[in-house]
Amino acid sequence: MKNRHVLSVLVENRFGELARVVGLFSGRGFNIDSLAVNVTLDPAFSRVVLTTRGNEAIVEQIVKQLRKLIRVQKVVDMSDDRSIERELCLVTVQAAGARARQEVERIVALTGARIIAYAPAAFTVETSAASQEIDQFLELLRPLGIRDMVRSAPIAIARPGTEAAGESIPPLGGVA
Amino acid sequence: MSSARATALSSNPNEPQPAPASPAEPMRGARILLECLLEEGADTIFGYPGGAILHVYDELAKMRGRIRHVLVRHEQGAVHAAEGYARSSGRVGVAMVTSGPGATNTITGLANAYMDSTPIVVISGQVATHLIGNDAFQEADIVGITRPCTKYNYLVRDVHELAVIVKEAFYLARSGRPGPVLIDLPKDVSAQSCAFSYPSRVDLPSYRPSTLGHPLQVRRAVELMAKTEKAVLYVGGGVVASNGSAALLTLAERLNLPVTPTLMGLGCFPSGHELCLGMLGMHGTYAANMAMAKADLVVAIGARFDDRVTGKLEEFAKHATIVHVDIDPASVNKNVKVDVPIVGDAKSVLEQMLEVLPEGPAPGRDAWWNTLRTWQRDFPLSYRDEPGVIKPQALMRALAAITRGEAICATDVGQHQMWAAQYYPVRHGRSWLTSGGLGTMGYGLPAAMGAALAKPHRTVLLVTGDGSFQMTLQELATCVAENLDVKVVIMNNGCLGMVRQWQELFYSRRYSEVGMKFFPDFVKLAEAYGAKGLRATKPEELSAVLEEGFATRGVVVMDVIVSEEENVYPMIPAGAAHYEIVMAPDAGAAPPEPRDLA
Repeated sequence: MKNRHVLSVLVENRFGELARVVGLFSGRGFNIDSLAVNVTLDPAFSRVVLTTRGNEAIVEQIVKQLRKLIRVQKVVDMSDDRSIERELCLVTVQAAGARARQEVERIVALTGARIIAYAPAAFTVETSAASQEIDQFLELLRPLGIRDMVRSAPIAIARPGTEAAGESIPPLGGVA
Repeated sequence: MSSARATALSSNPNEPQPAPASPAEPMRGARILLECLLEEGADTIFGYPGGAILHVYDELAKMRGRIRHVLVRHEQGAVHAAEGYARSSGRVGVAMVTSGPGATNTITGLANAYMDSTPIVVISGQVATHLIGNDAFQEADIVGITRPCTKYNYLVRDVHELAVIVKEAFYLARSGRPGPVLIDLPKDVSAQSCAFSYPSRVDLPSYRPSTLGHPLQVRRAVELMAKTEKAVLYVGGGVVASNGSAALLTLAERLNLPVTPTLMGLGCFPSGHELCLGMLGMHGTYAANMAMAKADLVVAIGARFDDRVTGKLEEFAKHATIVHVDIDPASVNKNVKVDVPIVGDAKSVLEQMLEVLPEGPAPGRDAWWNTLRTWQRDFPLSYRDEPGVIKPQALMRALAAITRGEAICATDVGQHQMWAAQYYPVRHGRSWLTSGGLGTMGYGLPAAMGAALAKPHRTVLLVTGDGSFQMTLQELATCVAENLDVKVVIMNNGCLGMVRQWQELFYSRRYSEVGMKFFPDFVKLAEAYGAKGLRATKPEELSAVLEEGFATRGVVVMDVIVSEEENVYPMIPAGAAHYEIVMAPDAGAAPPEPRDLA
């Protein structure tokens, strides 16, 4: 997707702070395409990983407005190859008959996915991959008949050895 | 009868005063809140009681003499009054209201303070914690509602958090880019008790506002100012907020730089100083706007490139290198691409600049100053007097003369605001109270009231319009009740003048709902409120009315009937470039072409 950015926002884990992050986007007319939140190793902080779109100036403004939030500790743009991105996908496919079951097993083996539940005529498969790979994975399964599908928001982490990198927008100063 | 009732219910100033409670004893949340306010030096509260905040008002009754509470007539007035108090004094203003409608009535004031970076703390009562979310009587999710129009807000969920929250709220309100902070206090929390000790410091690990600018960037900016011929200083409310006027004056004089203040910056550089070009922007002077259009270097200090200042962004200061000093990193590169960004407090950065100023005489900038002087001479602010009619500009000149420009001048929003900005010579910081960002009609009277409380020895002048005044005029009662000294001048043109002006210029005079059909008699209205009312309808009556009005102590409402179809000029139409500035029709420039509104 053009101008797609993955932002990792470290925010104090307090009542109402997520609403401030999300409200900033709606209030200022920015887009959030996806959003994932969970606590960090330090339970005093949560990590919000969100994907957004915009040209350089818009993303600079988004990052600055996020940094301006009183309880936001750090904002990192994870959009380059110094970070690894994964999203989780759960999908239930039809598998009535031996040939269909074999086909699911073949795709699962090929893609590194795994079967996490099954019924006589259906499997539920789990995979985690970068967003684009999940798109491809679903295309493989589509001919079998997808009954249900859920995708999480992507999360991202810095590649080992580059943990300090990824801050493509240097901080101009503190917050206001 | 009514006066007897007033006596029975009013506070008795002769009641014995209880000693301040000992810190070791447990205190109710309500009392802790008030002790915290005193710790912050906040001894004046603008407020209005109600169910959810009753415990606090009960404690307030026991603390008479230690805290002054000003009972407003509408919660919006409480917040604007706190703003006027804060802007005129430099201290944090405080307002206190009840839950539900009391709290929602503060929203306009909060949004106004947020846009104009005014440090205030608003305390709202809330229903008891076990009722929150139950659609209880007078419940509103005020923390949710005010999230986008406060710098930060709090719901106090435990009395043990209260002192820390108040400490943080005041710190957040006044530090960094100042702004409003709301504390929502549920009724049961204000009733709970705990030991009170006021924290000595705040612990906000993610909040680190910059004060000093980056030294290399500061040096670059100074080098540019020293060597660039066609430079201009564009200065805003940040210079007022940081008390940076003295440093600004030195910098401008040492480098012989022309200065143009924004609407919010009026007073941070002395009006009438030879380096001052007057205000810039939509209704700024020709010289100031053309200086921006033709400059090679624009140095913005504590200003945020608002659309009313920049006009058409693609044409804004097209030839200029841009230096931007601002305490808010998010304001830098927001509207205009900046060449030398400096994040820091305006006063601190100005002082850093003074430290690295080159030795030697000030640059002459002869050619630049010649051009500027020509513009000033050929296109001054102008209007045409008409016999038998008081021109609004003439009224402003008369007000400037009678107050010698030394009043704290508050305004509402509209044409009168722009004429006041153009013609009232604000000479000092913190002497100009106006709603710049939000453009709130109804701001003026309560803001003037706040200033009159903060600065009892200054003359406080409110210039308002017949439209704006009717939005919050109930605060006349508060001004009279508090024995304040406020001079209200209504620039009465019998219509919503600025809207009418736009309809005339941009909608082919298709006037739509700008005449109010009925106006109260403002003189009788003043008298009904216990104030003095005066009226001038003809030029020859004006000076006698102003003289009597300003010689009378207390609240005086002067209803001055001015010409109806007068327009504010110069005007840069919304979305136009600075060089497309339209002068008054008889001042030599072409009249505007009709155009769509941007």
